[in-house]
Amino acid sequence: MGELRLMKGNEAVAEAAVRAGCDGYFGYPITPQSEVMEYLMAEKPFERTGMVVLQAESEVAAINMIYGGAGTGKMVMTSSSSPGISLMQEGISYLAGAELPALIVNIVRGGPGLGTIQPSQADYFQAVKGGGHGDYKMLVLAPASVQEMCDHVKLGFDKAFQYRTPVMILSDGAIGQMMEKVVLFDQIPRRTDAEVVAQCPWASNGRPKTRNHNIITSLDLDPAGQERVNLKLQAKYKMMEQNEVLYEEISCDDAEYLFVAFGLSARICQKAIDLARAKGIKVGLFRPITLFPFPATEVSNVGNRVKGILVVEMNAGQMIEDVKLSVGCKVKIEHFGRFGGIIPSPDEVVRALEQKIIGG
Amino acid sequence: MIMEDKFSKTDIQKPENIVYKRTDLLVDRPLSYCPGCGHGTAHRMLMEVIEEMDIMEKTIGVSPVGCSVLAYDFLNIDMLGAAHGRAPALATAIKRMWPDHFVFTYQGDGDLAAIGTGETIHACNRGENITIIFINNGIYGMTGGQMAPTTLPGMRSSTSPYGRDVPTMGHPLKITELVAQLPGVYYVTRQSVHTPSNVRKTKKAIRKAFELQKENKGLCFIEIVSNCNSGWKMTPVQSNKWMEENMFPFYQLGDIKLDGKLVERKETVEKE
Repeated sequence: MGELRLMKGNEAVAEAAVRAGCDGYFGYPITPQSEVMEYLMAEKPFERTGMVVLQAESEVAAINMIYGGAGTGKMVMTSSSSPGISLMQEGISYLAGAELPALIVNIVRGGPGLGTIQPSQADYFQAVKGGGHGDYKMLVLAPASVQEMCDHVKLGFDKAFQYRTPVMILSDGAIGQMMEKVVLFDQIPRRTDAEVVAQCPWASNGRPKTRNHNIITSLDLDPAGQERVNLKLQAKYKMMEQNEVLYEEISCDDAEYLFVAFGLSARICQKAIDLARAKGIKVGLFRPITLFPFPATEVSNVGNRVKGILVVEMNAGQMIEDVKLSVGCKVKIEHFGRFGGIIPSPDEVVRALEQKIIGG
Repeated sequence: MIMEDKFSKTDIQKPENIVYKRTDLLVDRPLSYCPGCGHGTAHRMLMEVIEEMDIMEKTIGVSPVGCSVLAYDFLNIDMLGAAHGRAPALATAIKRMWPDHFVFTYQGDGDLAAIGTGETIHACNRGENITIIFINNGIYGMTGGQMAPTTLPGMRSSTSPYGRDVPTMGHPLKITELVAQLPGVYYVTRQSVHTPSNVRKTKKAIRKAFELQKENKGLCFIEIVSNCNSGWKMTPVQSNKWMEENMFPFYQLGDIKLDGKLVERKETVEKE
């Protein structure tokens, strides 16, 4: 059993990064995620494990530092919030194109534009559908607790290296700021330089006389070559769809109605289930944990057993598109959302279920 | 023909008869640069230094976006291709991750002094122990000859077809003099590769920068003023003459900062 602590979600991300054996964090301050770098700077991981922490001059610089570090085979990460993540989109596209492992944490706030500093889930499309230019995907994890904020850091790094892909933790300002108890996993030693060289034969970290030079790039001017790159990426995404889907079902066995929600909205839905069931409404919750790959088959299996589905999101209706594509047209599917930084209450979620699905 | 009478081909290829050959650290393939361009010479000097210092196994290079976007195809060392302007950000992380390695960026004027100004200034200001090789030819070569931050007043380009008009298009940016002001920067010099003696000076400067990197003295910045005969619409010989007459009076060759101290120099001014 690991160490038990009371922590903010943002702090849990930072502590988990040190414990996961992360080699470098590069970031730029933005509310509501600044505690990640603040915690790291105060914690001095450079003394604990040798991990580098650097405050960059912008999110653009930070994501390109990630590209540089990742291109040498090191385990690197950044965190930011919505406007900062928008600035990073070009860099994320390059990471995907050059097939580099990296972890990016988005503590989402309300938009568009400068928006608000309050929590939101309005970056679902950006995270799941590409965000930057070109045909690419990231593996996207959606934690719903401080515990998962911690666990997803380790999981994210594992998957990033397994698939040589950028991985995003898509959280929000509430989970980043709220305190909960968390069981921290034990320290994993950072890899030595020799281990990095051995584990990442593709990386550019100094050419020994025994091999040709390594090149990290996302450029291939030959269309046939670039198509091969794209086909390779698509095959990788297919493999993720087959092997990496994560989800949770709560009170689904006897459910006549279903909430589908991720992250903070799923937490709210858990309370809404209690309220609804006290009224005699048998409702369950399907919570995608990976947003890409989306648990399409799984949500369809549950969704096609119920009378109606309410997709609850803190946005104007984004994940509902994937739910509809997965479940099909036989079941009524409606959306309930609050946006701009407003967190819906469990009461209004139950009311929405009654009005849009049961009574509607 | 006369040669063939006297020597067979194998005689010429005998090691003792070879007076000039490709450096081992240059890949054996044709360069993508226009004939007459300075990039090839700059590449060679850089690789000669790495070969002579025997640091290939500990060297990581970062190429830019611009004419030298494919530098990694020619330099036979481990390389990363950066997004436009971001090479100093990559190099920062690489050096922090591998502090006992030699890390350099190779960037053009659009990459380093326009879109990447922020990354350039801040990598310099943090005093990252890296070497920046900055090729300044006053034009965007790869995209077809558009105005660069270093284009001289009155100089024609495809986006300043009547010449750079300073009141509406701004002044040419002496970013090298700018970064020399920063305390994190230890050695700054401006060189060229258009004559044999300048080539030798450039190589010496690159060697010095790598030696200083070994000592963790701070950032070393080498500008190489180069021609772009295609972009300038001149023959290689004309372009070198034009460079001497027009570029050098404004981008004055020589050391700008030595041992962390600014060198006293005459201020050069724009001429219309």
